[in-house]
Parts: sequence; C-alpha cells; structure tokens
Amino acid sequence: MPKRSKPSSAPIEREGSPWTGLWAVVTKEMADHMTSARMRILEILIVLTAAGSVYAAMQVLRETVGQDPFLFLKLFTTSRDPLPAFISFLVFLVPLISIALTFDSVNGEFNRRTLSRVLAQPIYRDALLMGKFLGAFFTLALVLTAIWLLIFGLGIVGLGLPPNTEEVARSLLFLVTTIFYGGIWLAVAMVFSIVFRQPATAALASISVWLFFTVFWGILASLFAQVISPVQIGTLTEIVRQTETQLALSRLSPNTLYAETMLALLQPTVRSTGLLLPFQLEGAVMGSPLPLRQSVLIIWPQFTGLIAVTILLFALSYVLFQRQEIRA
Amino acid sequence: MSEYVIETVNLTKKYDGFTAVNNLNLRVQQGEVFGLLGPNGAGKTTTILMLLGLTDPTSGKVTVLGMDPTRKTLSVKSKVGYIPDTVGFYDELTARENLIYIAKLNGLSGDSAYQRIDEVLARVGLLDVADQRVGTYSRGMRQRLGVADVLIKQPQLIIMDEPTQGLDPERAREFLHMIRSLKEEGITILLSSHLLHQVQIVCDRVGLFHRGRMVLEGTVSELAKKVLGRAYRVILNAEGSPSQILEALEKVPGQVGVRHLEGDRYEVEAEKDIRPEVARAVVQSGANLLGLEVEAQSLDEIYARYFEEVKHAQKE
Repeated sequence: MPKRSKPSSAPIEREGSPWTGLWAVVTKEMADHMTSARMRILEILIVLTAAGSVYAAMQVLRETVGQDPFLFLKLFTTSRDPLPAFISFLVFLVPLISIALTFDSVNGEFNRRTLSRVLAQPIYRDALLMGKFLGAFFTLALVLTAIWLLIFGLGIVGLGLPPNTEEVARSLLFLVTTIFYGGIWLAVAMVFSIVFRQPATAALASISVWLFFTVFWGILASLFAQVISPVQIGTLTEIVRQTETQLALSRLSPNTLYAETMLALLQPTVRSTGLLLPFQLEGAVMGSPLPLRQSVLIIWPQFTGLIAVTILLFALSYVLFQRQEIRA
Repeated sequence: MSEYVIETVNLTKKYDGFTAVNNLNLRVQQGEVFGLLGPNGAGKTTTILMLLGLTDPTSGKVTVLGMDPTRKTLSVKSKVGYIPDTVGFYDELTARENLIYIAKLNGLSGDSAYQRIDEVLARVGLLDVADQRVGTYSRGMRQRLGVADVLIKQPQLIIMDEPTQGLDPERAREFLHMIRSLKEEGITILLSSHLLHQVQIVCDRVGLFHRGRMVLEGTVSELAKKVLGRAYRVILNAEGSPSQILEALEKVPGQVGVRHLEGDRYEVEAEKDIRPEVARAVVQSGANLLGLEVEAQSLDEIYARYFEEVKHAQKE
C-alpha cells in the first residue's frame, strides 16, 4: 500500500482523501470501548478512587473552610491518610486506562484476522490507524471529563460553594493536560501493538515503559546527574548545577512533565517548577497566588511537551504501521 | 481500458531477496471463474494482495478493472471484494453489526445500507441468525458471512483465497454452488486453492503456480493435454477375441494408445472424446460391446504429473 516504493520516476498520487472512512472507524472503536468489560472495570475503579479521595479531601477542607481562595482546586490535591490525593491516583490510573485502551488495537485485528478484510474496503491504512487512535483518545477524554464533572458535582454538594471562574479555568486546563498525558500512553501502547503480534507482550512492554519512568527514571536521573555534573568541592554553584541537570533529565519522563503541570495549575501559589519541587505534590510554596496567565506561563513548556510527545509517538506508530506487511 | 478484468504484466514481488512472485502474466476475462492453483508458498496470496493494492509490486504492472490498484486504491477496493483465507469477524458483535461496519467503510449508511445488509444476509441464508454474535457461528456460516460481506459493495470482481479450506465436503459443495451462482450474476471470480478437485468443479480456467511462476494456464482439459498429452481415456467392456478387438481399436481415428486391461476390459487414450468412433469400431469388428465410459483427466493427475516432471528435471 502507501509504502511508496517508486517503480517509475513519476510521483505516485493517491486517489481520494487518506481520511475516507475515518469516522466509521472512530465510531466503531468508541462503541467497542464503551461496551467492553475491560472499560467497565476501569470505570468502576476510577469512579471509586475519585469518590473516595474527593470525599476524604472534603473532610479535611471542611475544617479549614474560608481560609483558601481556591478551595475547589484543593479537592484534587488534598489527601487524608490513608488515601492519597486524587491527582496522585491519576498519575498511575491514567496510564493504566490508556494502555488498556490500545495495547491490542492493531495486533488484535491481526489475531482476529479482520485486518486484511477491513483494509480490503475502500479506505487507506491512515484512516484505520488514526481512527483507532482517535477512538481511544475520545473514549479517554469522555471518561476523564465525566470524572471531572463528577468531582465538581461532589464538590458543590459537599462544600456548598460554587467554584469561581479561575478555578473552573484552571481545572479545565488540568483536564486537558490529563487527557494528553493519557494520549502519550495511548500512543506508547499503540506502537507496541504494532511491533508485537501478541497483545499480552504489547501490554507488558507498555507497562514496563511506564514502570521504568515511574520508578526507575527518578533514580537514574539523579545517578546521571552525579556523573554529568559532579559536586567536587561543594560550592553552591556546583550543587545548583547538579540539581538542574537532574531536573532536566527527569523532565524527559512524561510523568514529571505531568506532575509539574498539575502542580502549577492546581496550586496557584506555585511560582516555579525548578529546583524546589520536582515531585512534592502537596508541598505548597508559601506566598500569594499567581494569576492564571502566570501559572500557565510557568508550565507552558511542560504542557506543549506533553502534546508534542503524543504527536511524535503517534507519528512513529504511523510509520511502523504503513511499513507493515499485512499478510498474516 | 483493457478488455480483461485482471491483467498483470511481468509482475514481480521480492521479499528480502526471496522472490515470491516472478514475472507473472495473468489475464482474467470478464465473467469467468479463474482458479489459482498451487502448493502453499507458491505465491498465490502475494499475487492476490498485489491485485488489491495491499502490497506494492517490486516491478511489473497490475491492472484491475482497468485501473492500477496502487494508484486508484479506493476505486479498485470499492469494486473488488476480497475474502481472505481465514476470514475473520468481530466475534463479540452480531453478523449484522459486522456488516454495518463494512457498509459504513464503503460509504453506505441509513436505510439503504440496512436494506442491502438484509438482502445479502438473505442471499447467503443467514438472515435468521443475523442478530446472533458471530462468535457462535460455525466455520461454514462464517464463510457464508464472508460472501455477504463482499456482496455489500456490489462487487464486479470477487477474489477468494482458499475459500473451501477447513469446510467439510458438504459445506464445501454448497460453497462451490454459491460461487457458480455468483458467476451467473456476472461477477468475475478469482479463487486460489490447493484443493484440486474443487477447483476443477467450479473454475472455467486455472493457472498452475509453482515457486512464484504461473507454469501452466488454461482450462482443465487444456492442461491435461499439455501435461499428460492425452486428455481422455475411454474404458470399454467387450466380448470377443482380444486380438480382433485391439486391431479394430487401433484403427479408430484420433486414438493415441490402446491397451488390453484384463478380461474383457480395454482402454483407449485420445485427445478428445471419441466414444462414438470406438463404439462403431468395436461393433463393426463383430464383438459385443457391453459397456463404454470416458474418464476426463482430473487436475490431481495433472498436478502430480507436473510436479513429478519438475522434480525429475531438477535431479538431472
């Protein structure tokens, strides 16, 4: 197919739009996801964690009512033992949902032997892959939006206060960031679903990548930082340089990008994502809150980074899929 | 616009140094059933994928319905139905839901799509079970659903890869019937198989594949003539003196070999059906003709003989 080996010097022009049939694929994929048992389990899981952590947060917040101008945002970030805050849950729930949505998207069609039949219809491979990605992406967006609305509803009922405009704006941006953070893992799992014929292998590979970034990358970043910018005498500049190296390295992980973005968006008092706070989700910096524009400025590189990684990974899966021989 | 539904000129496909299809020149006419015949790995499926534009040829030219499948991919795929060797469906969906997806991919929607789906399901006899999940279907039902699936787009050409593989003889026979009835509707059919007797029943012409080449092409009897030299064997039972009968048989015009089998059985080989001549000769010789039958050579024999020859040639 569009793998363009050129038999003649004339450029091959493809007939029609590469997106013919895209929406048929998207709607079919979404319908599949929505009705699958896999998704129901995950939905129950995420609703339970959302309800649990938000309820716990509300109990804490009731005691401190009126002390914070951004009470609603605290719903996402406040924790009470033994439950962590909702955003801490999200850091691993979102990758889990995303991987579950796409780890068998291409190899599943192979194994069911539906791929050649579907590709024999008047569509291009582009439409199939894009449709599968968008179907999963929209499903993810739908689930997360529903949870987001649920938390808002719980908040209004539980706290008896409506959110102000800035809280709505900040949490909306937070929602968008979370969706794109999920997008990265959708694309990761999709790449593996093209590379590996066995869905189980693809799922395992995706989870390994996620574990690597969640657990090991932080350790590796500090190790590498010690090698790249060693502290020899112990001057302040040396220590600062090492910390900066470590931070730069840890930002290669989408988890760091996401954590920093969440922090700046949900805690208006955060003034910088540098130095002081790589992972401390609840460690608030003292001081007066920043306006939304300023907070967005702080995390703009992280935010665009998340979107860029999603697009890059999708492009990779695209190239791999176009080159794949479809005969089973 | 060429007069052929499928035409390939020196079509070649190489995978990492291995030549799957080698200088293939294939021509299929409007309305015929053409069988690609050959052992597994002879290049049949690769040829089919190139015809559909699902794999790019390394060199050579393909024309399907007058179009180049690598350029006019969408037009070709909207007029050509493809039934893969093991046709797969979404097991968790019903037959109807599976077909709705295919209809949508073909740009059909709304009432006309539903109507078409009902029509094709009725056509293959699956309308009663249309709302059952495909997971509950038997192998034969899936194969019929595969036909329904390609009929949705109202194809001018249907390509089937090993359509009767895994079917029991009864289901296979039903399926071959269906192929014939599709031909009667004017649909051109290309099918690949290694099950010779089935190809023989249903195909107007066959092409014999061996190591990426089409080594023989023609109707079954033409192939028989080419490979075996003698396409017909007349077996007769006659009472009388064997020497007299053999003498008479040798005089029959068109015979190329005469043998006395055993008792009162004789064999005459010929390039065409010469039963009337044989009967006349026997009767005129004064013997009593008890029985007369003709055996058309089966593809199996042609096949076996051909590959025997190839093996011999390789040894030498």
